[in-house]
Amino acid sequence: MSTSLVPTPPIKESLETPSTPQLGDLDIAGQSHSKRILGIVAQIPLIIWAVMVIFPFLWMIMTSLKTNQEILFSPWSLPDTPQWVNFTNAWTEAHIGRYVFNSVIVIAMSLTGTLLVSSMAAYVLARFSFPGNRLLFYIFIAGLMFPVFLGLVPLYFLMNDLHLKDTYHGLALVYIAYSLPFTIFFLVGFFKTLPEEIAEASTVDGAGPYRTFFQIMLPMAKPGLIAMGIFNFLGHWNQYLLPLVLIQSESKRMLSQGLGMLAIQQGYQNDYGALFAAMTITMVPSLIIYVLFQRRLESGLTAGALKG
Amino acid sequence: MQYHKYRIVIPFLLPALILYAVFVLYPYTRAFYVSMTSWRGVSANMPFVGLDNYTRLLNESRFMDALLRNGQLLIVLPIVTISIALLFAAVFTQGGSGIMGSGFYRVVFFFPQVISAVIVGMLFTYVYNPTYGLLNAFLRLIGLGSMTRAWLGDVSTVLWAIAAVAIWSSVGFYMVIFMASMQSIPTSFYEAAVLDGATRWRQFRDITLPLMWETIRTALIYIAIAALDFFTLVQVMTGGGSSASARKSEVAAIYMYNEAFTQSRWGSASAVGVILLILTLMLSVVLMRITRRETYEF
Repeated sequence: MSTSLVPTPPIKESLETPSTPQLGDLDIAGQSHSKRILGIVAQIPLIIWAVMVIFPFLWMIMTSLKTNQEILFSPWSLPDTPQWVNFTNAWTEAHIGRYVFNSVIVIAMSLTGTLLVSSMAAYVLARFSFPGNRLLFYIFIAGLMFPVFLGLVPLYFLMNDLHLKDTYHGLALVYIAYSLPFTIFFLVGFFKTLPEEIAEASTVDGAGPYRTFFQIMLPMAKPGLIAMGIFNFLGHWNQYLLPLVLIQSESKRMLSQGLGMLAIQQGYQNDYGALFAAMTITMVPSLIIYVLFQRRLESGLTAGALKG
Repeated sequence: MQYHKYRIVIPFLLPALILYAVFVLYPYTRAFYVSMTSWRGVSANMPFVGLDNYTRLLNESRFMDALLRNGQLLIVLPIVTISIALLFAAVFTQGGSGIMGSGFYRVVFFFPQVISAVIVGMLFTYVYNPTYGLLNAFLRLIGLGSMTRAWLGDVSTVLWAIAAVAIWSSVGFYMVIFMASMQSIPTSFYEAAVLDGATRWRQFRDITLPLMWETIRTALIYIAIAALDFFTLVQVMTGGGSSASARKSEVAAIYMYNEAFTQSRWGSASAVGVILLILTLMLSVVLMRITRRETYEF
């Protein structure tokens, strides 16, 4: 999905990352003193940028607990009494609860589908040689180069004709299809690194190709699947353009879409507190996932740039 | 294993191929045809008009202005984003464990990348708000009250206010990529340079930059492609509507969205999609060419 999270990575420019000692850890005579000074001077831009990143989010959370009056007339001060009611208003009256429910349903389908379909295709592309293997791989990867915008109009009518527009499963299918290029690209690389012998041994033991895949290869590929699971969860959770076009009934909106609609309608009945509460609710899952899986997520997100 | 090979190859590939062909390849190829019709979506017949949509678009000042804004973003976004990201990456890599809290900074800087562009856009709509927004309040606080304005309502600042948000949210991402690339450069190169009396700047210019050039090129193309899209932030922060200030931030993707979903000019909208595709491909090729350097094996 090239709309929000990942910019579309261009094709293959190889760059391996061997583990060399950190350059900065090295104490070369004469540099340690200047390094200490650099370390202190460098703190200034770093602190400024960190404040620029953290402060707006803190302000958002703080604002979500204030009354409308406080938001408009004292934007800097802490709330007198935390207005938890903003969260209940956002959840029920601004329909955020409904949107969360919709998003969870679609993502449950799209994430399972993406991982299953991509891992099967990637496994075959990585481990079996057959005519057209490379060509197929490149056709999938080519999907990374194209802007989603190109196909938007025909996609809209296709979904309409197939009666998939405005349905959860229709949107999930589209999410899966647009997640395939990157997920397959990543998992092909992953399956190639798994040792050949274990799969062979299981075949010798009489396990069929399906059992070999589901009981041996998939468990071994777990780290790669988790990386792609997190990556695609965020991509689907944050996706805006596709639901904007493909979901029309208000009751079926995805969370990002519903939130964006609130923004465009200039806030929910001018209830700014509820609007900020809605933003906070939408941010929380991403925040939790980021805190829990920070390293893995980083490597997943940057894999396209380094290996690709 | 060979004898049963296709018993697994075909069923395993088929679901992915069908989904990809139906929902990705078909719409992409179909767009080329739709772009040569004057289809309005109401009837089944699609009058073929050849390249009319394209010539009309290229003569329409509103579209060309939108495209020109993508062009401006295309120059500013990569330069600013890459410079800041390189600076931070260099500080962390060369400073190493000498930089206090480097792990903390890294986690914080990367964070905006995982947050939905919708939230980021909404948040900054309020940061830029003329009456109770953070930015104006901050400017007054440091005595620059004369600079306060309605950042998103002012035709001269709206596009750059939005561009700043895009930079803000992606610097951490590119910093992490650059750090990984810098860390793969063998330390012996720097040891040798230090023995030769090279300054930090010389080390950066003559060792770090050339050896991580491939990664910078990749980043450049990433950002360039993002600059050609730029839909979500603009849509969320201005509504993508037709107020004077929203018009001043209209990019090609917004123009296309309105052609399609408010004007029902499906043929014309598809033509915009094709133009964006051609520009994306051309840009990738051109950037690959002009940034070509000798690559160093190490």
